[in-house]
Amino acid sequence: MRVAFFVTCLADQFFAEAAADAVRLLRSLGVEVVFPREQTCCGQPAYNAGHWDAARKMALHTQQVFAGYDYVVLPSGSCTTMVRAYTPRLFEGDRPRYEAALDLAGRTYELSEFLVKVLDVGDLGRGLEGMKLAYHHGCHVSRELGIRQEPVSLLEAAGAEIVPWEADNECCGFGGVFAVKNAPVSLAMADRKLDTLPAVDALTSADGACLMHMAGRARTRGLNLKVRHLASLLWEARNG
Amino acid sequence: MASGYKAAAKRALVERPEVRSAVTKATLHFDGNRARAYGEIDAEAWRDWAAGVKRHLLGRLDRYLEEAEAGLRAHGAVVHWAENAADVQEILRALVADYGVSRVVKGKSMLSEEVEVNPLLESLGVEVFETDLGEYIIQLAGEPPSHIVGPAIHKGLEEIRALFHEKLGTPADAEPTELAAAARRVLRDAFLSAEMGISGANFVVAETGTVVLVENEGNIRLTTSAPRVHVALVGIEKLLPRFGDLEVFLQLLARAATGQKIGTFVSLINGPRREGEPDGPEHLHVIFVDNGRSSVLADDEMYEALSCIRCGACLNACPVYRQTGGHAYGQVYSGPIGVVLTPGLKDPGLAAELGYACSLCTACADVCPVRIPLPGQILAWRRRSVERGLVSGGEKLAFNGYAAMVTRPRFYRLGSKLLRLGKGLTGAPWLPVLGAWAAGHGPLEPSPKSFREIWEEELAGE
Repeated sequence: MRVAFFVTCLADQFFAEAAADAVRLLRSLGVEVVFPREQTCCGQPAYNAGHWDAARKMALHTQQVFAGYDYVVLPSGSCTTMVRAYTPRLFEGDRPRYEAALDLAGRTYELSEFLVKVLDVGDLGRGLEGMKLAYHHGCHVSRELGIRQEPVSLLEAAGAEIVPWEADNECCGFGGVFAVKNAPVSLAMADRKLDTLPAVDALTSADGACLMHMAGRARTRGLNLKVRHLASLLWEARNG
Repeated sequence: MASGYKAAAKRALVERPEVRSAVTKATLHFDGNRARAYGEIDAEAWRDWAAGVKRHLLGRLDRYLEEAEAGLRAHGAVVHWAENAADVQEILRALVADYGVSRVVKGKSMLSEEVEVNPLLESLGVEVFETDLGEYIIQLAGEPPSHIVGPAIHKGLEEIRALFHEKLGTPADAEPTELAAAARRVLRDAFLSAEMGISGANFVVAETGTVVLVENEGNIRLTTSAPRVHVALVGIEKLLPRFGDLEVFLQLLARAATGQKIGTFVSLINGPRREGEPDGPEHLHVIFVDNGRSSVLADDEMYEALSCIRCGACLNACPVYRQTGGHAYGQVYSGPIGVVLTPGLKDPGLAAELGYACSLCTACADVCPVRIPLPGQILAWRRRSVERGLVSGGEKLAFNGYAAMVTRPRFYRLGSKLLRLGKGLTGAPWLPVLGAWAAGHGPLEPSPKSFREIWEEELAGE
């Protein structure tokens, strides 16, 4: 089984070690992982901001780079949602590209989803024994793709305790351009998350952007918040 | 002072932090009740069905409006058609003169806010009493409603205590029951002395010509039955095809809005008082109002928003709305449905700012009882704003530049290197986006090595 790893621009730049952990994890499970070097960004920032011409160019580039692989796996919930649910909308009325978008969508998986649904892995190891975690459900991956159980069950199977959090499925306030265009509201939303966060060893999520937003806000408020990307915790589950 | 959502939201957060607390508490409460009430039924199937009925209605709205008009006339109601706010005002001005009206009691109606009924009546020297408790509170405070269902949810108990103390002379530490009793004393008198009652309508059944009103306080029943004249303001999209549709819609509305199984009072009005009936108004006037709705109906990407039954569930689910309440939007309708409807009803140019009052979290889509595709519509307003050149040139340049960079991997790799040249760059004032980010989060902190560097050094060879 040959998997093309789509690191995503955000993880490439800001969660590079976690992305490398994702590759290590997949290889440890016997998966052949390749990294198409021409890959860049899925186009979501432009898509969500309404700049669809720009988004189409990026989505098309992504389509071409990942043509022909059995599976495409991403360590990012919202970028997975872009490829799976949003990119086809960019090509409505353009049949060949629409079909190419659906074809790519059908081969694309978020990391934890790929482990559970394709590799049928339920238990990676006990490397997270005794760790207390809060899990942030990214909006797109949980509501648009319905991926909620997969990451949580893998973490729990590794011995981590997912501490109940009343705001675990509320938006953190990042929202791409929203974080810049309406920064005060965006930060107030992060505050709601931070103010309800239970005492844990780390906050984790399948979405790096959400973690950056909440960690950045915590930092400017002088709060001590440790964030861990889901990919690095899953590798630790197996390897720790 | 800057206007628009962005500035108002910022002001609300800085100057009125108590609003955020009150609105967050109330909306989480409503949303929790909604979730529980949806859990008691096969909500997915009910919502599919209700969405289907509304889409069917919107596809044949002209015919259903004619059917409703005929039914209402047959019951003895007078039916008026108003294309815009000015038409409504002209009709009301004539009715006030014809019936010699000096006092009006009102049931809660967002449409009456849209067409500015209260300012008109006051300009005619008519005394107006909002009779919904929440509406009465904000009328006393001189504010517009901040939520479709809970117009005063932005006010905490302390604020209402102080307001009633000042305006009605209740004790400064009055209990909620005393506050309600004080309002009741004023409103009872108004109900008995007003010549006209003005209500909205939750539904109008085309098949039977029935005006349907749902409420919890009994004030609407009094508004529509005690005065001599009842005027119902109805948006043209408020129809339901058949009487039997109410079985689902009455329950779905209550469950979505407050988590109740059904509203405490449901009034089914089939015309004015008839021969031999002991009560009810002598005259019933129904004003069907367009006010921008037909242009929304003609918009393929937006028309589904006319399915809205004004339950407020999308506001309660919206984490953006929760931070500021409705006033920050500066419009009659706030929250997700307000962002979608307002540019269509009033001016597409409003989308340039309102369209971005959303983090695209899609929580609203999960709760809407009639499955309006709100996130997709909000995004469509953004796309249109960009297409029409309503966003800043700098933003457009930035996204086109970004697209040009990432579709040329060489440039992307170069960008990746630049990002690691030092912190001075990532907090750089020459990129306003980075500056704005850094203000709330501190400077960007790229990984010491990009993934692709790690790949080339450690992983590619394996």
